[in-house]
Amino acid sequence: MNEFEEQEYSKEFEFSLWKKLFFHLREHKNLVIKVAICFLGLAVVETVMPMFSQYAIDTFIVGGSLETLPSFLSLYFFFIFLFSFFVFGFVMNAGKLEGSVTHTIRKKAFARLQELSYSFFDTTPVGYITARLTSDAQRLGGTIAWALLEMVWSIAIMIFMIIVMLFHSPFLTLLVVLTMPILYLLTRFFRKLMLTNQRLIRKQNSKITAAFAEGINAARTTKTLIREQKNYEEFSDLTSGMRKLSIRATVLSAAFYPIIVLIANIVTGLVLWHGGVQFLDGEISIGTVSLFLSYGVLMFEPIQQIARVFSEVQSAQASAERTVALIETEPDIIDSEEAIEKYGSLLAPKQENWPIIKGDIKFENVSFSYKTGETVLENFNLHIKAGEKIALVGETGSGKSTIINLVCHFYEPTSGRILIDDIDYTEYSQILVQSNLGYVLQAPHLFNGTIMENIRYGKLEATDEEVKKAAEIVNATNFIEQLEHGFNTQVGEGGSKISTGEKQLISFARAILKNPKIFVLDEATSSIDTVTEQIIQKAVDKTLEGRTSFIVAHRLSTIRSSDRILVIKKGKILEQGSHKELLKEKGYYYDLYTNQFTKEESEKILGL
Amino acid sequence: MLNTFKRMYKLTKGNRHLYGIAIVCTFIAVLIALVPPLVISFTLDNAILGYEPLTFVHRFFYNFIGAEFVRNNLWVPFILIVFLSILRSLAGYTNNRLQAATSENIIKDMRNKIYNHLQKLPYSYHVKAQTGELIQRATSDVENIRAFMAGQINEMIRTFLLAVIALIILFNLHVTLALVSTIVLPVMFIASYIFNKKMKAAFLKQDEKEGELFETIQENLTGVRVVRAFGRSSYEIEKFSKKNDEFRDLVANLFKVRAIYWMASDFAGFSQIAAILTLGSIFALNGELTIGTLIIFMLYGNNLVWPIRNMGRILADMGRMGVSFDRIDEILNEPIEEDEPNAKTPSLNENIVFENVTFAYEDEKKVLQNLNFEIKKGETIAILGATGSGKSTIMHLLLRLYDINIGNIKIGNVPIKEISKKHLREKIGLVLQEPFLYSRTINENLKMAKTEVLEAEILKAAKIAKVHEVIESFENKYETMLGERGVTLSGGQRQRVAIARTIIKNSEILIFDDSLSAVDTETDSQIRAELKERAAYITTIIISQRITTLKEADKIFVMEKGRIADIGTHEELIHKDGLYKKIWNIQSMLEEEMEDEKLVPFEKVGKETDGRDIKNASFNEMLDPSTEFDNETAGRDTKK
Repeated sequence: MNEFEEQEYSKEFEFSLWKKLFFHLREHKNLVIKVAICFLGLAVVETVMPMFSQYAIDTFIVGGSLETLPSFLSLYFFFIFLFSFFVFGFVMNAGKLEGSVTHTIRKKAFARLQELSYSFFDTTPVGYITARLTSDAQRLGGTIAWALLEMVWSIAIMIFMIIVMLFHSPFLTLLVVLTMPILYLLTRFFRKLMLTNQRLIRKQNSKITAAFAEGINAARTTKTLIREQKNYEEFSDLTSGMRKLSIRATVLSAAFYPIIVLIANIVTGLVLWHGGVQFLDGEISIGTVSLFLSYGVLMFEPIQQIARVFSEVQSAQASAERTVALIETEPDIIDSEEAIEKYGSLLAPKQENWPIIKGDIKFENVSFSYKTGETVLENFNLHIKAGEKIALVGETGSGKSTIINLVCHFYEPTSGRILIDDIDYTEYSQILVQSNLGYVLQAPHLFNGTIMENIRYGKLEATDEEVKKAAEIVNATNFIEQLEHGFNTQVGEGGSKISTGEKQLISFARAILKNPKIFVLDEATSSIDTVTEQIIQKAVDKTLEGRTSFIVAHRLSTIRSSDRILVIKKGKILEQGSHKELLKEKGYYYDLYTNQFTKEESEKILGL
Repeated sequence: MLNTFKRMYKLTKGNRHLYGIAIVCTFIAVLIALVPPLVISFTLDNAILGYEPLTFVHRFFYNFIGAEFVRNNLWVPFILIVFLSILRSLAGYTNNRLQAATSENIIKDMRNKIYNHLQKLPYSYHVKAQTGELIQRATSDVENIRAFMAGQINEMIRTFLLAVIALIILFNLHVTLALVSTIVLPVMFIASYIFNKKMKAAFLKQDEKEGELFETIQENLTGVRVVRAFGRSSYEIEKFSKKNDEFRDLVANLFKVRAIYWMASDFAGFSQIAAILTLGSIFALNGELTIGTLIIFMLYGNNLVWPIRNMGRILADMGRMGVSFDRIDEILNEPIEEDEPNAKTPSLNENIVFENVTFAYEDEKKVLQNLNFEIKKGETIAILGATGSGKSTIMHLLLRLYDINIGNIKIGNVPIKEISKKHLREKIGLVLQEPFLYSRTINENLKMAKTEVLEAEILKAAKIAKVHEVIESFENKYETMLGERGVTLSGGQRQRVAIARTIIKNSEILIFDDSLSAVDTETDSQIRAELKERAAYITTIIISQRITTLKEADKIFVMEKGRIADIGTHEELIHKDGLYKKIWNIQSMLEEEMEDEKLVPFEKVGKETDGRDIKNASFNEMLDPSTEFDNETAGRDTKK
């Protein structure tokens, strides 16, 4: 079981955890009070309602006088009015509270995520984080707004009814109250069984979904292996398991609810019995007997509610734990106070104080290791002059990406220094370095929106003209203008509506609009057709002109045209020099080159 | 809606007697549930207050138990109520139990049916299928139906019976008051129906907005590196906040609407009870009604209002069911592929002849045009061709994943259309370029293709496919889990596992559809050498883009645009102008370039360079794990 596996519920009720959570949510105090007041009001009105029947029976029917009927009716309707009003108030405000709590949790978590360092995202799956902001936030909103506050109503109405009952007949009150603990324990017991079963059902359900997914994805392979019958048998086992669990779920509730009804009826019977005796003895009126009959039934609701809230809070606690942990995670890289003072923070940059960066970069004895202890770079030294074009070549895990992430200040050296224009870059703020950075990833990420908006991401205040010019520089204008909506074409989620090559061109334009001094390019490995590749090659050349650049290179054309090639292996520079020099060495690079050459050329011929 | 009921009725086939018993139980439970209020009223009116009995039930108690007796022994109604309650519980339990058993049976069958149908749909269907969409139908649409069959339908029947019986009793007791108590019910029902219908549209909009919000989060997280590299944190927060605020306001608004509805309907419900109480009191005062009867009216009134309100909601939900039924039927109505009853199962270790084969995928342009060739039994054939030249189509046709349009394929003189599909797929070992490995252990994956496999066979196959050592390097060796919950293999490793899997299955024809593409040339040639030695008699077809893979074949087919441009051995083809020669020439191009760079002499590519550990991988394979495919779908659109 890994640490990211979803935990369904945690053990003990942790008061300190909830306190922390409420601290983050303190701005909604007023709303909480409003909801609580509505619940209290409801409790009062609901306690009063049966008293009208009591009065009607005793006064009108038994007493035989309708004199007070008008005032009775107006008071009755006043309370019905009040009741409706409180219902309206609590539904509206609790709904608002639910939305607001979810909103605040999302807001805080999202803001925190914008500050967290790369290392966090390297080690935490996106799906895990998303779940915090979606389902966990939602669950907490629901639990706090409805479940926790319903406790107020449950406790209040119980107290109110007991008081009224005590006033009329302590003995009958005792009869009603005595059954409550039994009811509570039973509810808890069944809830627990149901929850456990529910969890099993969810698990089984995801197994079935996975089996469907595999069945569909593997359909073609299945055909070639003639696995249909066996797959079907295995799938059948899953659905049979599901059937069993679902039936058990129904059986549990089919047993539970009748038992509750039975207890309710026992209370009714007891009240009827002893109420009748007391009436015959002249101790209470017949109206009071009916009042007790009503209360006996009404009492069931809050008791069950309390049991329900407990299990709900218990299962929401895991959500609370994870959410609080996320909101309170500290970033690994924090700008020094002096840097923030001078250059501004991530969210509030002081652009006016920023120096002009030339792009001379030095690694001085840089070592880097991950938190897990795995060392990637050790005593790494490198000097890149402003404007130099560097190609990084090496296997996966050799340390190329680490070098790039260090340059970008996404990682910080564990020891040693990185100097930009001869100044240790930790003296700058992160946003200063990153604002001078052009960054194009191998799988370029575009945001849902138009092409125009995506390019403008590089410089938010850019005019349409500037955006178009940037597109022109990388030769993207051609394809953009051929699209029906030109620059206003929607690129779709993650850029899904346009091709990979086009996405790359847009990401180049986006980076170039920023006019950065340092350029980082993780070249695409996916095959694109020769024409697009040439266009992209030109775009790369133009983009990198006059800038310090790091390219994690995969294509020969890129490598050949760089000033210096670094062959990285296990965090060390294995070979370095120009293309010609390295070929002469007949080492590692030479082998890579000859193989890549064959591959690229045959792809061209076969039209891959 | 009627249609939906009809379909549901059809589904209950085979379980109808159980359903019938379940409904009878509901009836009994409802009937019994209505008695305790009568006991209460009898006790109050007849026993305690001494009125004359009103209804036949009261009379029954009056005559058989006796008012006087009850008055002196008030525990009797208590016992009676508890006894009735137990009876009711038993009936209710039985009803639920049977209901669950039948509906879960139906749903289980439905799931199985869909799964099996999907498996049996032809290859062509799966090439175009939208995985996500299909899964959704198989899961959430089925769940919709399940929820209805297992719960809501029961609720409907119960409410209906309750209403009918309660109304009969009430009208028997006092017609005017009964009218008053029921007047609000239809209004409530209609209001609830309309409201829930309207709300559904609103919920759809809420879901949509929620989707947008989640998408913004997702997008920010997947693009987090871009966000940071561009220093756009505050911009992103702003963008997110807009959506977040919008959603919060939408939720609040919806709750406001709901609050109004609840307020109104609660007001109506309570007003009705107030009306019953007031009018009832007046009637009671006039002697038309007793206290106990009034209590019955109040209790029944309460019992009717809220279930009726719920009915409106359930009916509003019914529309969704119809949609779910339609969506599932759409899958089930797709024709599946089946073997003809008298399909033949001849030996496939025979000559294969293509006669004037022409083929087009559905109504697209022709992929194969007038293909004629013969493959002798036991021969090794290699096919080279550009993407879309029709190489893979040949293998699709051999396995009858698709059927030929024009012309004929014969294996040992039997026309392929007469041979059983199952038999073909059993006896032809096919390794796809992007093979699917199931998320199970390696061992289980290897055993896939055959029922009984010996441990030794597995080891042998893994060794031939040169994947044994890789597997041994894993902690759990052959018991290593693959896929999401386990190890992700590289593209080359997957291909080799798939090859081993196919070797285990005793094939009479072996086809490698570019299935060595991610394996380095050295290992590739070792695998082929092993295979050749072990299965010299097996007809083998190798499709590849790599000359080193092809060149040792007995015959090489060069395909261009759906035709065979050339057939020959390696030696023959490198002396003929054409695709094959062009690719072969790349090596001389490389030599030329090296000479330009004044680098002599040149060592040939593909030869092992001593002491270095990179062998023949290209940059892409070595440098980037993302070239590996997660599953077949990755290549789905580029196929064909």
